[in-house]
Amino acid sequence: MTTTIAAPADATGHGQARRRPRRLAMVASKGTLDGAYPPLILAATAASLGWEVGIFFTFYGLDIIHRKKHRKLKVAPLANPAMPVPVPNLLGALPGMTAAATAMMKGWMRDAKLPEVAQFLDMARESGTKLFACSTTMGVMGVKASDLLPGVDIAGATAFLDFAADADVSLFI
Amino acid sequence: MIDIRWDAELDCTGLLCPLPVYRTSQAIARLEAGQVLRIECTDPGSLADFPAFARQRGHALLAAQDQGGRQVFLIRKEAA
Repeated sequence: MTTTIAAPADATGHGQARRRPRRLAMVASKGTLDGAYPPLILAATAASLGWEVGIFFTFYGLDIIHRKKHRKLKVAPLANPAMPVPVPNLLGALPGMTAAATAMMKGWMRDAKLPEVAQFLDMARESGTKLFACSTTMGVMGVKASDLLPGVDIAGATAFLDFAADADVSLFI
Repeated sequence: MIDIRWDAELDCTGLLCPLPVYRTSQAIARLEAGQVLRIECTDPGSLADFPAFARQRGHALLAAQDQGGRQVFLIRKEAA
């Protein structure tokens, strides 16, 4: 069956009359694999729409732009009732269960041809997405500038809010 | 839809959001204003995403069809 849902030849968007591009400001606060994907997917999408994008990586979210840790983000089966195969907490606490859950999710991502976190970060930097590293988190967690990926801006909450003040969409993830 | 000619094609079958829109954005950047891109997808979300993409970027969505699990779009690049 063929269904035509849109055909008007002059259906140009109404976004083009805007003086400045739309802007997406996000706080990425989670350092798990499943916590890293949503802000990175939204960043890639917004950049594709011609939006300006900035992500403030704070607390555990800082691991997403950590030179070594961003390739080793994990999924926690412990206290995670949403696992596709429900894992009782007692079992989820056993050694190897986090690695198993992580391997499982990475397998799904591969099967779905979804880019890895590192590739999404490359896409973000190529599209000019601002990557803010929370300086307070760096101080609290003992993270040095050299621990972070290149292309990251070290900033406090003030600089991020200055960016976010002109945002059309703001998300805390 | 058959009588609309296109200048370039993009195969996004087997890809999930955000890749179809991401690749479409890159492909349209290589076109001249007025040229038409044909995109084929299998992500059911694309039926909602491509009209939104065209609206956001100010391009013209000439056609959007769902052909039994395959979505086909024709987008004409508008001048920036």
